[in-house]
Amino acid sequence: MVSRTEAPVDTYAVAMSQQTQYAMLRARARQSWERLVKGDKPWVRVGLGASGQAAGAEDVFEALKPYGSDGSGQINLSYVGAHGLMYLETIVDVMVPDSNRIFHANVTPEMIPDLMAHYVDGRDQHPLHESACAYSGHRDAITADLPDWNQLQPNALQKKVLTANFGNIDPHDIFQYIAHDGYSALNKAVLSMTPEEVLEEVKTSGLRGRGGAAFPTGLKWSFLAPSKEPVKYVLCNCEEGDPGAFNDKGILESDPHRLIEGLIINGYATNSTHGVVFIRQGHEIPIEATRHAIDQAYENGLLGENILGSDFSFDMEVSLTGDSYVAGEETAMMEAIEGKRSTPRYKPPFPAQAGLFQKPTNINNVKTIAYVPGIVAAGGDDFKGIGTESSSGTALVCLTGHIKRPGMYEVEMGMTIRQVLEDIGGGVSDGSQRIKLLQTGGPLGGVLGEEAFDTEIDFDAMAQAGAILGSGGIIVGDESTDVVDLIRNLVAFNQFESCGKCFPCRLGNTHMLDVLDRMCKNEARPGDMKLLETVGNNMKVGSLCGHGQLGYNPISSAITYFEEEFQQRFEGALEKSGPFGDGSMILPSRTRP
Amino acid sequence: MRERIRGALESQRAGKERPPSITVLSSLLAIQDDLHYLPDEAIEETAIFCDSTINDVWSVASFYTNFRFTPPGLTTVDVCWGPTCHLMGAQQVLAAVQDELGVDAEETSDDGKITLRYSTCLGACAQAPVIARDHVLTGKTNPTAARTFIADLRQELDNGLAH
Repeated sequence: MVSRTEAPVDTYAVAMSQQTQYAMLRARARQSWERLVKGDKPWVRVGLGASGQAAGAEDVFEALKPYGSDGSGQINLSYVGAHGLMYLETIVDVMVPDSNRIFHANVTPEMIPDLMAHYVDGRDQHPLHESACAYSGHRDAITADLPDWNQLQPNALQKKVLTANFGNIDPHDIFQYIAHDGYSALNKAVLSMTPEEVLEEVKTSGLRGRGGAAFPTGLKWSFLAPSKEPVKYVLCNCEEGDPGAFNDKGILESDPHRLIEGLIINGYATNSTHGVVFIRQGHEIPIEATRHAIDQAYENGLLGENILGSDFSFDMEVSLTGDSYVAGEETAMMEAIEGKRSTPRYKPPFPAQAGLFQKPTNINNVKTIAYVPGIVAAGGDDFKGIGTESSSGTALVCLTGHIKRPGMYEVEMGMTIRQVLEDIGGGVSDGSQRIKLLQTGGPLGGVLGEEAFDTEIDFDAMAQAGAILGSGGIIVGDESTDVVDLIRNLVAFNQFESCGKCFPCRLGNTHMLDVLDRMCKNEARPGDMKLLETVGNNMKVGSLCGHGQLGYNPISSAITYFEEEFQQRFEGALEKSGPFGDGSMILPSRTRP
Repeated sequence: MRERIRGALESQRAGKERPPSITVLSSLLAIQDDLHYLPDEAIEETAIFCDSTINDVWSVASFYTNFRFTPPGLTTVDVCWGPTCHLMGAQQVLAAVQDELGVDAEETSDDGKITLRYSTCLGACAQAPVIARDHVLTGKTNPTAARTFIADLRQELDNGLAH
């Protein structure tokens, strides 16, 4: 007689019976995740992205190693990417076996013995270390006095779509991503949707490119999809040379598989064969994380031949560029991947006709691609419901400068800049009086004065205010900020980074820098303002790419909000300015030969 | 030298399950990773390896600002001068580092140990101003801390050389 007693569910057996590769990966991922969160040891996670490293997280991680790594010892130790709340770095969080999670902020290596005593020697004998700043899980005697991590203002006001896994999963472990529904969208796409259906979902979502131009993503993909060429490329742009922006690298260092999954789906929807992730050399943490993630995807049948048992095959690699800001321009990027000088190409032909190695090509920003798995999993309508009418979804903003809580925050489109500054950023940094200006959208973006702070974060509203949302960098300047000096810094960057192909950009930036330099040295000449405008307009009409076309943007937007500060330079009302008070500034000296 | 350069060029595909695309740029990056600069032989060998010309390889090498053509010091220090760091006092940090190293531009200190580079962005702007040693970042620096950073680095290099 057959026993009626139910045997414990063997998840592997269930997966085998479902006969899908993904179900097996998923079962394995769930088991290893359960082991981590319900094991008998505390699980310690250290936030170690580039910002964490700059805050000293590597030393903290080293100090934790003696407590256990590689599965032995008293703890499980992992590092995760960025938590976003960078003012709290180095962040160490400990999940104790009853599955409460306690966050410690501004941790230094010296704190580790005291901090760990609570977790490894017995929680009754040692109080929580004073660096404990929040908990997540449930209230008990230990967490009674701590705020809930998810209710901390900078967390509660975020809408975490792209960043849902940030700080939670180890970017080096594909199974932690899969345990959080990772690659389920790819599985759905390649096994149950046609490429046209996937493309339709992306169109429905209203997703617009996050690289700066805000072009509708579905439309861009539809230029590539019909081509019958045997080799077609989808490229992901993580050049991210914009000072003040680090969200692309943030995705790669915190959740690289989300990007890889998105890029494979991008390939499927456009019938492409190859994907390339393009990163600037020298940024070791995101480069290493991405390479490792691609290797893991191959090992698990998510890249290569017959992905997840489907007919779809797709290859991916990382391509590094040398230091060149213009390499982030899409046609220049293709030149760099081909190994040449990264100067922009004439258009037409457009990349979808003749792109990388003259093959049909699509280029998308990291953030754009990273939204795709979520859109395919939940449907385009779901994404369309987030944000504003013209800008659906979220914006991943990088808040830096004179702000109390610098960091990387994901907010719903439509939130006002002031809410981001005050409610998330906590207002101007200690010791300062007020926020005077913002510099947004990178060095070709603009400057905004206080009257623009009620602008909604939305591609079109930001553009109307004279700035661009662009890559999402928001640099905050307090009342001491010298507008002309800041603009000189931006133009110096643009001058340094002009690729030199178009003379209006190459010479124009040098010319504008000369004028701004004169202004800072109190040697401005009558007619200099007009000169800036003339040069700027020539650059706009005479340059192939945005680097020259937008080069006058920072100046024109600064004049809109701070015209009197420019005028004062001509009336001798100001002393010589600049960081050293004598009008000088230390700058690299070079022009590209 | 040429042997080592050829080794660096070959390392791009040797022992790799899926060799990446190899180009003039990837080859130059591979050589600089190994030698930390590009001697004349690197240009020639890359031209041969990639079936290119010395002219075309030079045009690429001279374009990207990370390439250098003279041997750097034992360690490279990057100081960021991007706008966030600028607002947070990077120029004073730069001045202090230059003074401590005895240089007044992107140069190597007289003892040949430390090479200074100005960086346009190191990617950790939330911790501005940022300084880096061989791509490892340190944030929230100031002129005093930067001087200590250089002095410690020098001490470490001295000790390393003594052993």
